[in-house]
Amino acid sequence: MFLQGYGPLILEGTTVTVELAISSLLLAFLIGLAGAGAKLSSNRVLRGIAGLYTTLIRGVPDLVLMLLIFYSLQTQLNNLTESLSLEQIDIDPMLAGAITLGFIYGAYFTETFRGAYLSVPRGQLEAAYAFGMSRWRTFRRILFPQMMRFALPGISNNWQVMLKATALVSIIGLIDLVKSAQDAGKASSDLFYFISVCGVIYLLLTTLSNFVLRWLERRYSMGVREGEL
Amino acid sequence: MIEIIEQYWKAYLWTDGFHWTGLAMTTWLLTLSIAFGFVLSVPLAVARVSQNRLVSGAVWLYTYVFRGTPLFVQLLFVYTGLYSLQVVRDTEVLNAFFREGFYCTVLTFTLNTCAYTTEIFAGAIRATPYGEIEAARAFGMSRLTMLRRVVLPSALRRALPAYSNEVILMLHATSVAFAATVPDLLKIARDVNAATYNTTLAFGTAGLLYLCLSFLLIWLFRMAENRWLAYLAPRKH
Repeated sequence: MFLQGYGPLILEGTTVTVELAISSLLLAFLIGLAGAGAKLSSNRVLRGIAGLYTTLIRGVPDLVLMLLIFYSLQTQLNNLTESLSLEQIDIDPMLAGAITLGFIYGAYFTETFRGAYLSVPRGQLEAAYAFGMSRWRTFRRILFPQMMRFALPGISNNWQVMLKATALVSIIGLIDLVKSAQDAGKASSDLFYFISVCGVIYLLLTTLSNFVLRWLERRYSMGVREGEL
Repeated sequence: MIEIIEQYWKAYLWTDGFHWTGLAMTTWLLTLSIAFGFVLSVPLAVARVSQNRLVSGAVWLYTYVFRGTPLFVQLLFVYTGLYSLQVVRDTEVLNAFFREGFYCTVLTFTLNTCAYTTEIFAGAIRATPYGEIEAARAFGMSRLTMLRRVVLPSALRRALPAYSNEVILMLHATSVAFAATVPDLLKIARDVNAATYNTTLAFGTAGLLYLCLSFLLIWLFRMAENRWLAYLAPRKH
């Protein structure tokens, strides 16, 4: 029998892990773009907030932040609904996990994008403005496509770390790959086998994303000649 | 709030009255795993850049597996997975070792950080300027002498910035130790949270202590870079 009959459970857990990783990637990506914009802006308050955000988040373990944000998110919401005398709203664990992970890894993406913004030659942006492009159009047509080439190695790195960090969400109550493997292992009293399966699935996921990221890297560096020896 | 701090500050910092806990435990875990990991990773890095495909392939496989799976899963594998095997329980030495959460944690952390460190050092060794190796050969140095006197001193220095990153990440990674019931900083924070329901204070205090330790490590590595990488710094006139 496929995985001693626990195949569907493991598959469901894998889906949760992948969904969670992708949705937090999207969130972290957006936060990173905004954060990099804030860090490079001429507004001192924005710069200060973004600087504090990246320093604090990157100095504290993600697990500690996860527990802190996850628990306090619900508590704050409860306080809010209580003061408005509404019924208690329970946050969906999946949503809370994605928000938490996205918020944490947004700090790492901010630093990646900041470096990439700075790597795009100034003349490119000046030329775009000289063409009469608006700020948004300059970003979409000129800055973003060129920036991605410099950002991709950092993004790949962050993605791999984030994918592995999703293993921690089982601690805050999500039935992800780790949790389902543990449950299957406990139920069949063959933990060794099921945790190995879990590890192999993670290995497959990282290998697969490696291929995709390498393809993207080639795609975004099209037309770039590297120094050959 | 004051009462909570008064009651638990000792547990957060070094002891709950019986064992080492909190910050002291976290630092001890970090020190042990970083020290063992460093000692193992230097020969492994040399093997990783070896011309022999079999040797470098074996090391590659090791680092690939350990860098491709989450540390949390590795810890579960060692602590709960291996111990569920009948062979391990029946062998007295293995039984005594894998029953202890602390030993399992140190073993897992060492293997994990060693995999990352090996790749960092191997990258630095590969980036050694070829002229240096040629010069060492021209001096008639044997392979071992060359490694000891020329390649490793310069490669380890150049790896320092990436290595400091790995140590900071390892500090953050030690927070999963509670999964093997080791009373580290996060375990104390979770206990305080469970006992007082004051989430922000319980985890905030732990976060602050982790932050301080991170800054201390960053400062230490900056000192080390100033000392050992001075010759690579931009020239000041």
